[in-house]
Amino acid sequence: MSDITAGAYEYSRTPSIGAVDNYLTHGRTLRSWLVTTDHKRIGILYALSITVFFFIGAIAMAIVRLDLITPAPDLVSDDTYNKLFTLHGIVMVWFFLIPSIPATFGNFMLPLMIGAKDVAFPRLNLTSWYLFVIGALFTIGCIVAGGVDTGWTFYTPYSSQYSHGFVIPAAAGVFITGFSSILTGLNFITTIHSLRTPGMHWFRLPLFVWAMYTTSAVMILATPVLAMTLLLMSAERFFGIPIFDPARGGDPLLFQHLFWFYSHPAVYIMILPAMGVVSEIFTCYARRRIFGYSFMVYCMVGIAVVGFFVWGHHMFVAGQSPFANLVFSFMSFVVAVPSAIKVFNWTATLYRGQITFESPFLYCLGFLWLFTFGGLTGLVLATVPLDVHLTDTYFVVAHFHYIMVGGSVSAFFAALHYWWPKITGRMYDEAWARFAAILMFFGFNLTFFPQFIMGYAGMPRRYHAYAPEFQIFHVLSTAGAAVLGAAYALPALYLLWSLRRGERAGPNPWCATGLEWQTESPPPRDNFRTPPVVVAAPYQYHSETHGPDYQHRDIERAQGTV
Amino acid sequence: MEIGNLFAEASQNAGVVDLDFLVLTIISMAIFLLVFTLVLVFCIRYRRGSNAKRGRLPEIMRREIEAGWTAGTVFLALFIFWWAVAAPAALQGQPAPALKIHIYAKQWMWQVEHPNGAREINTLHLPVGTPVHLLMTSQDVIHSFYVPAFRAKHDVLPDRIVELEFLPTKIGTFHLFCAEFCGTAHSQMTGQVIVMRQEDYAHWREVQPQSETLAAEGAALFHSLGCSGCHDPASAVHAPDLRGVFGHIVQLQGGRQVVADEAYVRDSILLPDKDIVAGFAPIMPSFSNVVNNGQIESLIAYIRSLSPQESAQ
Amino acid sequence: MPSVALREPWQDLGHQRNSAVLGMWLFLGTEILFFGGIFAGYSVYRFLHTADFLAAGRETNIYYGSVNTLVLLVSSFVMSLGSRAARAGLFRFARLCFPVTAVLGMVFLTLKGFEYNDDLEKHLFPGASGFPLPEAGAGLFWAFYWVATVVHTIHLTVGIGAVFRLQILSRDDPQWLNDSPSAEVTSLYWHFVDCIWVFLYALIYLPGRS
Repeated sequence: MSDITAGAYEYSRTPSIGAVDNYLTHGRTLRSWLVTTDHKRIGILYALSITVFFFIGAIAMAIVRLDLITPAPDLVSDDTYNKLFTLHGIVMVWFFLIPSIPATFGNFMLPLMIGAKDVAFPRLNLTSWYLFVIGALFTIGCIVAGGVDTGWTFYTPYSSQYSHGFVIPAAAGVFITGFSSILTGLNFITTIHSLRTPGMHWFRLPLFVWAMYTTSAVMILATPVLAMTLLLMSAERFFGIPIFDPARGGDPLLFQHLFWFYSHPAVYIMILPAMGVVSEIFTCYARRRIFGYSFMVYCMVGIAVVGFFVWGHHMFVAGQSPFANLVFSFMSFVVAVPSAIKVFNWTATLYRGQITFESPFLYCLGFLWLFTFGGLTGLVLATVPLDVHLTDTYFVVAHFHYIMVGGSVSAFFAALHYWWPKITGRMYDEAWARFAAILMFFGFNLTFFPQFIMGYAGMPRRYHAYAPEFQIFHVLSTAGAAVLGAAYALPALYLLWSLRRGERAGPNPWCATGLEWQTESPPPRDNFRTPPVVVAAPYQYHSETHGPDYQHRDIERAQGTV
Repeated sequence: MEIGNLFAEASQNAGVVDLDFLVLTIISMAIFLLVFTLVLVFCIRYRRGSNAKRGRLPEIMRREIEAGWTAGTVFLALFIFWWAVAAPAALQGQPAPALKIHIYAKQWMWQVEHPNGAREINTLHLPVGTPVHLLMTSQDVIHSFYVPAFRAKHDVLPDRIVELEFLPTKIGTFHLFCAEFCGTAHSQMTGQVIVMRQEDYAHWREVQPQSETLAAEGAALFHSLGCSGCHDPASAVHAPDLRGVFGHIVQLQGGRQVVADEAYVRDSILLPDKDIVAGFAPIMPSFSNVVNNGQIESLIAYIRSLSPQESAQ
Repeated sequence: MPSVALREPWQDLGHQRNSAVLGMWLFLGTEILFFGGIFAGYSVYRFLHTADFLAAGRETNIYYGSVNTLVLLVSSFVMSLGSRAARAGLFRFARLCFPVTAVLGMVFLTLKGFEYNDDLEKHLFPGASGFPLPEAGAGLFWAFYWVATVVHTIHLTVGIGAVFRLQILSRDDPQWLNDSPSAEVTSLYWHFVDCIWVFLYALIYLPGRS
């Protein structure tokens, strides 16, 4: 070990037993995967499931974007169009974005990063995955049966009385999947409280772990409200009892309040994990300790807390009182502050670093750009008179895609490339990975930037036919989507290739700190051959008095840690 | 025709909104440029192996700078909030009285009723320079009344009257959109806002004949209910072309003949299997649970208008 | 020899117990927010239709409601005795308490069944035709009545299952009751279901009766 990481972790290097004995070789049958309680395998089960859903959601949107090349509604029927964008929303939100980073990398890395053998409730963890699968089956069943056309927001009274689609199966799928994310969150919080290895104090936790902690808290407190909301909506639809029906004294705005009480925090379920990933990667490739560690923690906690009090900004034109609009607008400005501080801190982390530009870092730079852009347009939307004009237009569509796709999905790919060697023990082709990262960035901007412009010009969202003056923007957007599609498909190819042909990674190919890098790649079934002990704060990329050294990783290599 | 001008400003509020947006964009761009200039400079200067000085961070880079930009962001956020709240408040005190117009939204059309009872469908005629006060309600699901050129939008809720005020400042024709997803033909629930000179509007309003409105309403229903999907001459489905039918003799299956009067049209809508036109398959579904009496009147008025000599009576 | 109650990834029973209890508290936090959706909706509508809610509340059957409240409170007390006894090593007493708890739970369900039957005979189901109350808010009240009590009933049924599980798993090895956090965790859940009922009792049976 170099003197730089010396003292950071007491890590006894057991002679490697080789690739034979790791979590992947610990049982090779299909059954051993389906009944596994190993958090790493469950993470991979999630990864495979959400990949399937990512492509289902992407195909739905590909058809929509093709249809939108022309102003006339010519490729599919109105109903099919509505079902496709609903499918895209439901699948991407609940079956990809929400579980994306927490259920895959969270599951895989969280115990490793805190030096634990597994999560607190391994069997519950597996149950979560099965709940996810059952929810997924409901959703697929709903698609096969004929789909649902309410939009992912299920607004009443359309969903509860007027829609001809299969609303209840879709809601049931979301309901069940919700419990999967609740149980995952519960598991993570308990794990972080109970299973930190000796010396891993709260303020020595890697920021990704803090991200998982705050995300889990939001999952636990927000998701049940969605579950009840969908239950009430389904009860109205199925039994005909009045709940949100305005003709019988009910209030459709109550549905919206309850729905957004979950669905706004859900945005933070998607973005907090991304922030955690980006923090890990910025500090690693800048070779510099994260700037303002404690502020980063407070910011995430702040976002999680304040995020519960901004839901009304989805309803500025829905008919709530002007006073409520004012309060929610104010809270939305407040919640922007911690996000901005995080952006500044990531930038400052680069200062006086030894920066290298491997693909995970490129994805993170892309994240920084898109997230900052998305966040700033969020300020525009938090301003009431502007939101009155822009809500339910493509401006909003572009805004939340910048955050949720530009932000979260970029971070998802960053995490995938960063931890791939740890998960599989293999290196992927770096040139291809960099190319994909850059392609994704440009494809994304080409897809969504024109949507800001047409949104400001008044193009409403969820429109099948549209006025001809918007066509140029739709054509650009569709072209961008094609590029983006290619950029999403590329990693599938070179990552699969790396599984067989990739170079062996070694335990720590990036010379990163963090306990997950102190064990073999892939890790053994019980994660660590000897339980690690932590004696210092995270991210000891350089000594207190000196900056990072050019020779840093060469020393590491020479000493065989890599 | 202002349709086609993407960013037309046609209400008093539009300029304010655009100014807000411009200022926010400038602030945002400044922040964005600051961050990415720094990122770019750092990435070049501190790329691995460069000669730049490293070492411990200067003291000022610790607490002070963190506290500094925390305070700075808080201040900026509060400032923008205050400014955005204060700006529209200056607009208060519009000249009264406003023109009160009722809007009825339903799947998938906009019905408009002017103060003198003149009605129109999917178009809204307005006088320029007069404050307009819309009283809107929906008959089924939630819709949203949106005129981009006015920068004005409000959701239209069932069983509740919502209000929207604006002051058109520009003569022209502008888009009217439904902005809240409302079902199958959501994207066809569009129309035009026609802003005219005040005297033109007054004249227009006086000469609105009721029957024409009814027929126009029927025409919209004819499309929104899907009748046109089969009865359109260009349709692939084999169904009778309704042009010129009203008031004429229709040959039925089994050799009978009827005159296509109001009762016949009404029966054909509600009980389509009763009288099948010769040469056509009985494929039309009954609309008895779909349309109400008022709507049938409108449809009949529309079908009557397809026979020129009949509608002239 | 380590106890059979000790599971991966724990090293000792105390640690495992604390974590399981933490996990259950988190789950109860979720449950509170879950029922929170009902409570929020109920509060909004009661505020909007105060008189209607009072009128509708008078139609509920307070006798069933009150007896059921009493039954659940007693069951919670017995459950509490059982879990304390399990901790203190009084396994025979604990194994007496659990069935009593479960039976009280089933008494609740039976009474609830009778009450539902009465309600349906009086057509107090707002989704079907013949709902007797004319006020707009009354239908909302009864809609919430049905959703809230059915969801609560499902929770209670799960609770009864969990109590029986304790009884079955401790049949051959009563020491398990002491080692495993199950008794304590089940008891927490049971108390929660009881607490929710107390709130529902106040919201459903008491309006219009003061």
